Amino acid sequence: KVPDPTTTQTKGKPRLLLMGQRRSGKSSISSVVFHKLPPSETLFLESTARIQKDSLNSFMEFQVWDFPGQIDIFDNPNFTFDMDAIFGEIGALIWVIDAQDDYLEAVARLNATILHLQRGYPHINIEVFIHKVDGLSDDYKLDIQRDVTIRIQDELSDQGIENAPVNFHLTSIYNHSIFEAFSKVIQKLIPRLGQLEAMLTNLCRTCRFEKAYLFDVNTKIYIATDSTPEDMASYEICSDYVDVIIDFTEVYGSWQRTQKWRDRLEGEPWNQPLEDQAACEWAESGMVLTDAQRPIMLREVDRFLALVAIMKEGSYDKMPQINMNVDVVVKGLTEFFEITKPKETRVTDKGVPSGGVIQT
Amino acid sequence: QLKKVKKQKVLLMGKSGSGKSSMRSIIFSNYLARDTRRLGATIDIDLSHVKFLGNLTLNLWDCGGQEAFMENYLSQQRAHVFSNVGVLIYVFDIESRDVERDLATYVNIISALVQYSREAKVFVLIHKMDLIQPMTREDVFDHRVGVIRRKTAEAVAIVRKHKPEHQLQQHPQYYQQQHHHQQQQQQFPPGGPGGTIPDIDMDMQLFATSIWDQSLYKAWASIIHDLVPNLSVIEMQLASLGVAIDADEILLFERTSFLVVSKWTSREGERNPYGDRFERMSNILKSWKHTCAKFTGTPRNAEQFSDFEYKMGANFSIFVTKFTTNTYILVCMPPGEARFNSAKLNVGAARPWFKFLDGPAVPGPAS
Ligand SMILES: Nc1nc2c(ncn2[C@@H]2O[C@H](COP(=O)(O)OP(=O)(O)OP(=O)(O)O)[C@@H](O)[C@H]2O)c(=O)[nH]1
Ligand SMILES: Nc1nc2c(ncn2[C@@H]2O[C@H](COP(=O)(O)OP(=O)(O)O)[C@@H](O)[C@H]2O)c(=O)[nH]1
Ligand SMILES: [Mg+2]
Repeated sequence: KVPDPTTTQTKGKPRLLLMGQRRSGKSSISSVVFHKLPPSETLFLESTARIQKDSLNSFMEFQVWDFPGQIDIFDNPNFTFDMDAIFGEIGALIWVIDAQDDYLEAVARLNATILHLQRGYPHINIEVFIHKVDGLSDDYKLDIQRDVTIRIQDELSDQGIENAPVNFHLTSIYNHSIFEAFSKVIQKLIPRLGQLEAMLTNLCRTCRFEKAYLFDVNTKIYIATDSTPEDMASYEICSDYVDVIIDFTEVYGSWQRTQKWRDRLEGEPWNQPLEDQAACEWAESGMVLTDAQRPIMLREVDRFLALVAIMKEGSYDKMPQINMNVDVVVKGLTEFFEITKPKETRVTDKGVPSGGVIQT
Repeated sequence: QLKKVKKQKVLLMGKSGSGKSSMRSIIFSNYLARDTRRLGATIDIDLSHVKFLGNLTLNLWDCGGQEAFMENYLSQQRAHVFSNVGVLIYVFDIESRDVERDLATYVNIISALVQYSREAKVFVLIHKMDLIQPMTREDVFDHRVGVIRRKTAEAVAIVRKHKPEHQLQQHPQYYQQQHHHQQQQQQFPPGGPGGTIPDIDMDMQLFATSIWDQSLYKAWASIIHDLVPNLSVIEMQLASLGVAIDADEILLFERTSFLVVSKWTSREGERNPYGDRFERMSNILKSWKHTCAKFTGTPRNAEQFSDFEYKMGANFSIFVTKFTTNTYILVCMPPGEARFNSAKLNVGAARPWFKFLDGPAVPGPAS
C-alpha cells in the first residue's frame, strides 16, 4: 500500500475563511478554538487590520483565514483581490453574524457574497454562524435564526438561485456551541467520513458504548461519531474530558525526568525499561461517574486524535476486554488516516475542489 | 492525642460588590463563576457554618459591605463582630473608583480587629484581577500591595500607641514567625510607593484573585491551610505513603471545595516547573465536577466521580480517587502497570491512618 507519489505532491490544504462585520467575533472565534484563548480574554483583542492566516497541522492540514471586517473583497476600490488565490483551495466560508447587534447590514453583505460565489465557486459550503447567542433565550435564538434564514433564501431565490449550500449554526465562544459548529463544518471536508462513522458505530455495538467520538485533541473538534442521534450533552462531557487529560498531561508530563530517576525505576526489582513496564504506549484513561456507575474512557489514537466514549453503567469491570476491542478499532483508525491522507488531495468523490499546491 | 473539634471565626469583609459572596459560593457551594451574577447584595451579616474536614468548622461571617452596614459593624456591633476572630479576609475590588475611601474603610476595620483580636490573621484579596489587562496585572498588584501594607502598618501602629504597655509584649516566637513569613512573601518590596513601611506587627498575606481563574483557589487554600488541625500529622503520613508507593506527588483535596488540604512531593517531583499546579488541579477537578453534574443532572454539591485513572504511556501515571469521607487523593507516579496496581492497593490500605480526617462527626466502626 505505497501511496502514489504524484498524489502526495498535489496535496492541498482545505481552507476555512472567516468573514463578517467588524466586531462580530471572528478573531475571538479563531483565538478560542485554535489558540485556546480563554473566552473572557477576547475582550482585550485588538481589531485586526490584515488577513490573519493560521495553518493547522492536525489529522489533516488546513488553514484558517481571518478577514478584517472592514474589507469588502468584492467591492474594494484600492485593491483587487485575486479571487482564485482566496477561493481556489477553499473548504468552507464561515460568515459570522453578531446576534446581539443589528444584523441587517451583515445579512446584506452575506447575500452579496453568496451571489458572487455562486457564479465562480458554486461548491463552496457557506456556513453562517449566528454568533454571541450566549445570554439570549432559546426562543429568541430560534427567532433570529428563522429571520436570517428567510432573508437569505428570499434574496437568493429572487436572483434565481436555489439549493445554494448554506447552513446555519447558533454559536457562542462561552460554551461548547462554537466547537460543535466547527465540528460540523470540518466533517464535511473529511473524505470518506461514512467509513469512519461505521467504525465507531461498530465499536459502540461490540463494547456496548452509549456514544463514541473521535476528537482532534488540539481543537476539541470532533471529526466523527457513531450513528446514534446527536447529543450535545455527551459531546460536552467528552470534550471536557479531553480538556482534563490535556491539563494533567501539561502539568505532570511536560518536564524531563532525570536519568537517576529512570535508573532506579528500571533496576531491582523491576529490571525492565519503563517502556516495557507500561501496558500501552499511548495515553489511556478512564473515570467512573458516581450517579449510575457509568464510566468514561479516553484512548489516544495518534499525535492528533483521541477516541472518547461514554460506557454503559457497570461496565468498568469489563475494562480489559473493552481495551482489547478498542485496540483493534484504534489500529483500524490509524490505517484509515494513513490511507486517506494522500487521497484527500484528489477528493473527487466529495465534491471538494482540488486545486494546485499551496505555498506557505 | 489529636486535637478536638475546632471552630474558627472567619470574617469576610470589603466594600459592597467587591465579590465576597461570589467567592464564598464558588469555593464552598460549588457555584459556577457565571452564576454569581445572580447574587444580590448581602444584607447585614450572612452566617454560615462550613464543615471543612470532620474536625474543623469554619464560622464564616459574610459581612454585607454597604456603607450603612459597615458603619454599624464599627460602632454598635463592634465587639460582637471583631472579638474572637481567627481570620479576617478583606476583599478589595481592583476596579473600584474610590480607592481612597476604600482604604479609609479598610483602616477602620483593621483598627477594630487589632483592638479586639490582636492574634487574628489577615488575608487581603485584591480581587477582580481579570478586569486588568494581563500585561499590567503584576504591576497593578504590586503597587496596590505597597499602598495597603503602608496603610496597615500605620493603622496598627496607631492602635498600639493607645494600648496599655503590657499588650505590646510579644512572645519571641511570634516575631520569629513573623520574620519567616516576610521571607516567604518576597514579592512585596519592603518599601512601597511613598517611603519606608514600618514593621507590620501582624500576620498578613496578600493575594491577587479572580473568580474567573485558579487564583481564587491559591488564595483560599492558603487561608484554610493554617486552620486545618493536625496538619503536621497529615503531612507526615502523606510522606510515608508517598515513599512507600514510589509516588512523585500526592495531593489531598477536601471533598466539596476541592481545595488542597495537604501535599507531598518527591525530590524528582520538585523539579516540576509548574509552581501553580496545586490551585490548577483544584480548578480543573472542580470544573470537571460541574461538567459531570450537568451531564448526570445531579445536584452540584453531590459526589460526582469516584475513580479517575490516567496512564500516559511511558511518561507517568496518575489516579484520583475518593479517599476518606471528606477527602479525595491524587497520586502522580512513574509509569508501569504493576507499580500502578500496587500503589492503588496501598492507598486503599492507608485509608485507616487518615480516618481522623473525618473527625468526630463521622462515627467510624468500633475498633
Ligand atoms: N469580573 C469579575 N467579577 C466578579 C468577580 N468576583 C465577583 N464578581 C462579580 O461582582 C458582583 C458582586 O459580587 P458579590 O459577591 O455579590 O459582592 P459582595 O462583596 O458580596 O457584596 P455585598 O454583599 O453587597 O457586600 C457579582 O456580579 C459578581 O459576579 C471577579 O473576580 N471578576
Ligand atoms: N457575549 C459574547 N461576546 C463575544 C462572543 N464572541 C466574541 N465576543 C466579543 O465580541 C467582541 C469583538 O470580537 P472580535 O473577535 O475582535 O471581532 P472581529 O472584529 O470580528 O474579529 C469582543 O469583545 C469579544 O469578546 C460571544 O460568543 N459572546
Ligand atoms: Mg455579599
